[in-house]
Amino acid sequence: MGVITRGFTGRGRRDLNLPPGQYLTEDFPVLSAGPTPRLDLERWEFVLASETGQRYAWTWSELRALPSERVTVDIHCVTRWSKLGTRWEGVSLDTLLADVDTQARFALIRSYGGYTTNLPLADLRDGKAWVAHRYDGRDLAPEHGGPARLLVPHLYFWKSAKWVRGIELRHEDSPGFWENAGYHNYGDPWREQRYTDD
Amino acid sequence: MARAAVHRRLTWQPATVAQVNDETATARTLLLEVPGWPGHVAGQHVDVRLTAEDGYSTQRSYSIASAPEVDRLELTVQRVPDGEVSPYLCDIARPGDQVEVRGPVGGYFTWQPESVEPVLLVAGGSGIAPLMSMVRGRAGANSRVPFRLVYSSRTPEDVIYARELSRRVRDDRGLDVAFAYTRSAPPGWPRPPGRLDAPLLTEVGWPADFAPAVFVCGPTGFVESTANLLVSQGHEAQRIKTERFGPTGG
Amino acid sequence: MTERQTGSAMSDISEDPIDGEGWVDGNEAAGILQEIFTMDITSARGRCAGCGLVGPMAELRVYDRAPGLVARCPGCENVLFTVIRAPDRVFLSVGGMTYLEMALPEVAAPGFTGA
Repeated sequence: MGVITRGFTGRGRRDLNLPPGQYLTEDFPVLSAGPTPRLDLERWEFVLASETGQRYAWTWSELRALPSERVTVDIHCVTRWSKLGTRWEGVSLDTLLADVDTQARFALIRSYGGYTTNLPLADLRDGKAWVAHRYDGRDLAPEHGGPARLLVPHLYFWKSAKWVRGIELRHEDSPGFWENAGYHNYGDPWREQRYTDD
Repeated sequence: MARAAVHRRLTWQPATVAQVNDETATARTLLLEVPGWPGHVAGQHVDVRLTAEDGYSTQRSYSIASAPEVDRLELTVQRVPDGEVSPYLCDIARPGDQVEVRGPVGGYFTWQPESVEPVLLVAGGSGIAPLMSMVRGRAGANSRVPFRLVYSSRTPEDVIYARELSRRVRDDRGLDVAFAYTRSAPPGWPRPPGRLDAPLLTEVGWPADFAPAVFVCGPTGFVESTANLLVSQGHEAQRIKTERFGPTGG
Repeated sequence: MTERQTGSAMSDISEDPIDGEGWVDGNEAAGILQEIFTMDITSARGRCAGCGLVGPMAELRVYDRAPGLVARCPGCENVLFTVIRAPDRVFLSVGGMTYLEMALPEVAAPGFTGA
């Protein structure tokens, strides 16, 4: 290894119960690939589009009327920080997918502002994903993805798209923003799948 | 624009802290020794990387404050409250400690004595650092290019290089320096504290029809509003070069 | 310096982005890019594939608090390029520029004989 800087420890605590290469953080870093969109709740909508073109849409009040869950999860960012025991409230993707008729295997997530990410549809099912609108007991702040973001904690946190606006169900996988830029297509932190050929 | 010399590809190089010098209560200059340092052009910066014993590392960019002619690499670091790197560099780093640097970088926000048009430098807080490299470089080259520096700080105690700037105003022919304060001014100061405004820039800057080269450096908000003021005074946008220190730094 | 514009190519229901938030200028990208290119890149000029704006790298809006560095057009916010630095590699993704122009030492045009 190269140069070590005496007396420098940095902000994070490095712990043993974390995925490889991660360190623990107490704060909640804000990472953004672009400006924070300012969204009008009157015109906000979330659209699930199936591979046949069938559209399932929810306005903000319709989304908030759905049953929501409170979950406590650990989150892991590809930039190496991890935050344990984060508390969220949101609508499970199982609820949103309940009446959706699909044979698709893949999902492309779209956000206000243009961000995209992709994952297998199976990774959105069975209690693994939410459209989250509250964090730590308060409405989700804009810089953290409010009014609503995707939450998929078993994958690196770039998959938990902020300012989520919809999901396209697809027969074929379509890499999103960071997946095209060099990050791993799937992104399992426990197998340290950070970069494209890891 | 700096001459298009072909650089070698840059990579991280070890750098040893040779000396530290407190400029103000919150800013410190570090003199670094970098074997094989190729020298720099005034206005350039370096990336500095710190690595902890367990391999955790992080990096920040700092403008080079030293003059190009002298074989020194000096960085002036402002301590950011709650920062991760600046508190280390300002409070803990001591001679003998090692960091890594990558650079020098930048060819856009640079000044060399071959340029002859008058120069207007506008600094907000620690944005003085790259502009100081230009002031020092000008003196080192015995340049007679007319320089005007407008330096905005919160209080007189926050002025970095205060003594050196007084000396240079006296000794460096063709250099004028105007100070402005945003929070509190010295007793008897002709202007009440406040943000840099058009009347002050008109009074101490260059008229737009002198077509000066303009360099503005500091926090993002300061740079944006200063640049807008200058454009509204008739300075051509392409003659105004800006370097924004991000809102978080750290 | 290009005049600051706040319009963007985003969804029609989102308003202007919050002023001055979250980005630094293209000088920030210089260090990592100079690990790839041999010449200074901050003066290099690029043309945005989104809106056609041409300007120096130093005037881009760089979001460096992200899993990688994202450089956006100051005119239309289109992503011009991204840089991901892995421990032993760098990923450069350049889809958003139609060209990148950099100054180099002058050479005679290929095929010129001067005769």
